[in-house]
Amino acid sequence: MEAASTAAPAAGTAAPSKRKPATSGPGTPWWLWVAVAAIVVFCLVPFYWLINISLKTGPALSSADLVPPSPSLDNYKSIFENSSFTRALANSAIVSLTTTFIGVLVGAFCAYALARLKMRFKFILLGVVLSISTFPQIAIAAPLFRLWSDIGLYNTIPGLVIPYLTFALPLSIYILVSFFREIPRDLEEAALVDGATYFQAFRKVVVPLAAPGLATTAILTFIAAWNEFLLATTLTSSTTARTTPVAISQFTGSSEFEVPLGTQSAASVVISIPLILLVLLFQRRIVAGLTAGAVKG
Amino acid sequence: MAETATLRAGTPTRRRSRGIPERRLAWLMVAPSIVLIAIVALWPIIYAIWLSLHEYSLRQAGLSRWASPAGFGNYQDALQSSEFWEATRVTLIFTVASVGFETALGLAMAMAMHSAFKGQGLLRTVVLVPWAVLTVVTAIMWRTIVDPNLGFVNTLLGTNTVWLGEEPHALIVMIFADVWKTAPFMALLLLAGLQVIPNEIYEAARVDGATAWQRFRKITLPLLMPALLVALIFRTLDALRIFDLPKVLTNGANGTTSLSLLAQRTFQENRLYGEGATLSVLTFLIVMAVSFAYIRLVGGNIRGMTED
Repeated sequence: MEAASTAAPAAGTAAPSKRKPATSGPGTPWWLWVAVAAIVVFCLVPFYWLINISLKTGPALSSADLVPPSPSLDNYKSIFENSSFTRALANSAIVSLTTTFIGVLVGAFCAYALARLKMRFKFILLGVVLSISTFPQIAIAAPLFRLWSDIGLYNTIPGLVIPYLTFALPLSIYILVSFFREIPRDLEEAALVDGATYFQAFRKVVVPLAAPGLATTAILTFIAAWNEFLLATTLTSSTTARTTPVAISQFTGSSEFEVPLGTQSAASVVISIPLILLVLLFQRRIVAGLTAGAVKG
Repeated sequence: MAETATLRAGTPTRRRSRGIPERRLAWLMVAPSIVLIAIVALWPIIYAIWLSLHEYSLRQAGLSRWASPAGFGNYQDALQSSEFWEATRVTLIFTVASVGFETALGLAMAMAMHSAFKGQGLLRTVVLVPWAVLTVVTAIMWRTIVDPNLGFVNTLLGTNTVWLGEEPHALIVMIFADVWKTAPFMALLLLAGLQVIPNEIYEAARVDGATAWQRFRKITLPLLMPALLVALIFRTLDALRIFDLPKVLTNGANGTTSLSLLAQRTFQENRLYGEGATLSVLTFLIVMAVSFAYIRLVGGNIRGMTED
């Protein structure tokens, strides 16, 4: 973090003057390499520390060695022998995939209509959708905690998927509207002139062309659902529906007051792996999705 | 231009005979989303408001579900409680500090990434790592980093602090953890904004003798504004509803109880549904007030997305 704070002023003041030299290869100034190194250290060192801790056991778990003195996979073994953790992983996968599927499917129809078809109140509809995405989850968690108990959805998988749609749908709609708008209109027009219905034009022309956008939306929705904590911790009470973030936060050590940082770190590494893989594989798509609509004012 | 206009004007007569009419199809496609949103978002919020106007508790033996109208009593209690104001203070300090640092650091990172032509792809991947790490994991990670025995922060700073055990320090860790997780997100949004600024403008400015600082002030900042505003909105609204970080870092100890955490504790741990719902509604109102102000600021942006 020290490195990052020193990099900030250097990058902030000098970057604009270095636009041209950036293309001229060997002339890259030294401070730029320092800034780049600082960014890499800032982003990766904390995660390295988590891996470091997760490989420590016994007495090593109370010292700040930079490298585990005798690395061991015991923490990993113990979490996978813990049936409530593996169950939580399965729950997380089911909840996130279901939320993603419903969110993208339903959201795609809505986004297409908002992006392309003639209809009234478009601005208001998109405004409502966007404002839902700004709702603090807590405003939904409190009443659902009571409601779900009354109608038997408390501590169930559907009981999580339904409220997850409050963020999955607006996210899908927001990203897909900007993706659909980028598809050239001529192709649809051509299909319409050739006698296709609007729905056929959507299904046969727009959807295949928007496939990268749909994939991006699915990835971002999945990550959001995989990450969710407030609703998951409020609306579950046992391993039946508990998701991984909640399970990890509730790990206990040999005594109630001992925080099991070793196993918690191991579980944290395990649950981060799918997301880091997604990032490595789909970096471009994710960035495109995150910035969709943000820069085309 | 004129050709496409006539084409568009001409086609509807052909289209009308086939399939569902355009406007009706539009509503059919929008309907599932609207119905779902009404069920999963609006209905619970209306119920929350109803709950907040009732005294709803388990106090009476045998009556597990007992509610009586309480008017604005719950709101009076909340607004007079020191807990509510303390949580509001913590939430606001956290929001202003974390969003401020994230923006400054994100902007610096974006400019460095923009200049670093080689390895930009690698940098973007690296920068996505903190963004992809779960908030709960971020909290556990920072707990290990600032741990007096296990962590390296005390060694690095030459201090001897129990970071999560003291009043201002716990909040500082919480802010820093959030900055770590989301400054890269800011950087990516701002990088995208930087990349659409045409290079010629800078060339022209340089020819006219503008200094680096002038070019930053007069070209980069104004042209980056739309991207910056969107990033600021996302981050501010997220920060105002912060829950995961304080819950897992400290469980709200040592001056880190945010509004969401206070509300959740009230209705879940203490089973005070009326009071908990009241705090939720108050959090909701604060967030909506801020987002309304923001949406007014960038309303044109949304309108742009729906216009033909």
